[in-house]
Amino acid sequence: MTAILRADGVSKAFGGVQALRDCTLEVEQGSITGLIGPNGSGKTTLFNTMTGYERVDAGDVWLGDRKITNLSPQRVFALGMGRTFQLTRIFPRLTVMENMLVAAQHAGSGRARNPLARAGGRADRRRAAELLEFAGIARHADALADTLSYGQRKLLELSYVLVAAPAIVLLDEPAGGVNPSLIHHLSDRIRELNAAGTTFLIVEHNMDFVMGLCAQVTVLDYGTVVASGPPQIIRTDPRVLDAYLGVTEEENEEPGEHPAGAPGGGPAGEPGQEPEEDHDVPGR
Amino acid sequence: MTDRAWRPAGALAFLVVLAVFPQVFTNATVSTIAVDTLIFAAAAVAWNIFSGYTGYISLGHAVFFGAGAYTVGIAARAWHTNGDAVFVLLVPAAAVAGGLAVPLGLIALRVRRHTFVVITIAFFFIAQLTATNLSVTGGSSGILAPSPNWEAATFNDPFYYVALGLLVLVTAGSWLIRRSRFGLQLRAIRDDEDRAAGLGVRTMPVKLTAFVISAVVTGVAGGLWFFFIGQAIPQFAFDPLFDLSVVVMAFFGGLGTISGPVLGALVIEPAQQWLTLQYSNEYLSEILLGALFLLVIIGLPRGVIPTAAELVAKFRARRQAVPGAAAGDMAAGAAAGAADGDADGEEARAAREAAREAGR
Repeated sequence: MTAILRADGVSKAFGGVQALRDCTLEVEQGSITGLIGPNGSGKTTLFNTMTGYERVDAGDVWLGDRKITNLSPQRVFALGMGRTFQLTRIFPRLTVMENMLVAAQHAGSGRARNPLARAGGRADRRRAAELLEFAGIARHADALADTLSYGQRKLLELSYVLVAAPAIVLLDEPAGGVNPSLIHHLSDRIRELNAAGTTFLIVEHNMDFVMGLCAQVTVLDYGTVVASGPPQIIRTDPRVLDAYLGVTEEENEEPGEHPAGAPGGGPAGEPGQEPEEDHDVPGR
Repeated sequence: MTDRAWRPAGALAFLVVLAVFPQVFTNATVSTIAVDTLIFAAAAVAWNIFSGYTGYISLGHAVFFGAGAYTVGIAARAWHTNGDAVFVLLVPAAAVAGGLAVPLGLIALRVRRHTFVVITIAFFFIAQLTATNLSVTGGSSGILAPSPNWEAATFNDPFYYVALGLLVLVTAGSWLIRRSRFGLQLRAIRDDEDRAAGLGVRTMPVKLTAFVISAVVTGVAGGLWFFFIGQAIPQFAFDPLFDLSVVVMAFFGGLGTISGPVLGALVIEPAQQWLTLQYSNEYLSEILLGALFLLVIIGLPRGVIPTAAELVAKFRARRQAVPGAAAGDMAAGAAAGAADGDADGEEARAAREAAREAGR
């Protein structure tokens, strides 16, 4: 059990709002880990601090055994961590293929040193084309990214992050606003990539998606980790139900699950640090 | 024959026309306007390499234009240069403009959008005030260029061919940059700078490089303009109208395209010069320039070249869609339609792509 990504006591405040409070999270190498929590619980802020888009006030972020606290997004990406955004961010006035090549040049071969070389060598283009094929949007390769549908944009963003072959990918609501068949397609792709060795950390509100995909789920509330463990245990953790799942769980409850799930009822995967109760102390 | 195959041929034909132009039109007024137009075309292409590709709209490029002008003037005076040798001084002009662009870029490129525009305008005023108040620049009376004793009938020819050479070089550079890794990074910055940084683009060095390249060419254009016009005074070497003209040329032809700024300069600069001569009133052309800018922004926000390319592509797509096309085409079309189950969408997409291709 080695953690590829670890947030260690990360705190972040925006003015008077404490977005993250001594937050500790581990993502195991080779896993698909979920990160859930109510709106405003700090999921995206945690993503931003881990990927260099926000500076932390306190605490550290580790990628493998390397400290990446407050490195620039570009350094973090170079070290092998890619991410997508909740509001998909593609380059609308570049073609789909050009979008892929922006990230590809980083993965760069030797020719990457010549800035006037034509964008995208044969190898880069081939790899980009393969990934577009894999994501199912290859036939749009020469279209402006602007013309893609919302779901296709999500697939494009995932694809171009993958071009640089990152060790770990952080996905911020990959299924948000995407139609059910495409969600299915997406989770299949994530599973395949994971089988090939890519680690995933996924923020998502779609519980079926998260619970179906993730071996480990961490729950945030008021900027603090309130529980962490396998999905079946998370589903029954009272603090999680209280913070987030309550309604969903009643609807989805399956009779056989409780006894099999967690004999002690304890949050098995709770990170060692400090079990926090202060999520009922409002941070704002 | 496809668009792609026509393009180099078209460019070559255009170049031949430009090359023989002064041999055909020997009238001094015409060739004076022609030299001026080529200088502005080079400046517009240079401006577009930075502002068009990155989306950072600079209204301070007159700083580099003026710096190039004064560099040639001061160097020619100090080294007693005259005749053809003055053209060699375009090298120091390039160096000074480029050297100036580094600190200015490091300051201005930290901010974006409106703030960036305002800072570049501030640079412009600082430069103009400096030139007015220094003794080396000759204060408000400026500096005179050496006047070569070339034959009157072909006096403009050296200027014309040097300007044409500069335009060819910078346009080739613009083409090379646009298709390169570097150009892709610039255009990624234009679309979403933070996202580009997150994908490993080193945004500051990339932006700064484009800014310096653009400044170097603008400096050369300024030096050439000075030698041609014969003198530099602060309000003309550092002229707000220079920035406005270059911006209108690029917007008119198509921001971020290769041929757009050239087309813009070829239309706008002669018109401006002609109006000034015809009505011996400088302000008329300024008012019309302002009006044209408004028209372009409202009516052709993307510029002539991309809009025209899209119209042509649409027209072609419609013709191809009409029945009676060759049987082979129909079969291919049917196959494409069947594969997509959406022939209309496919056709529209093809039109857009063709338009984009042509727009380059």
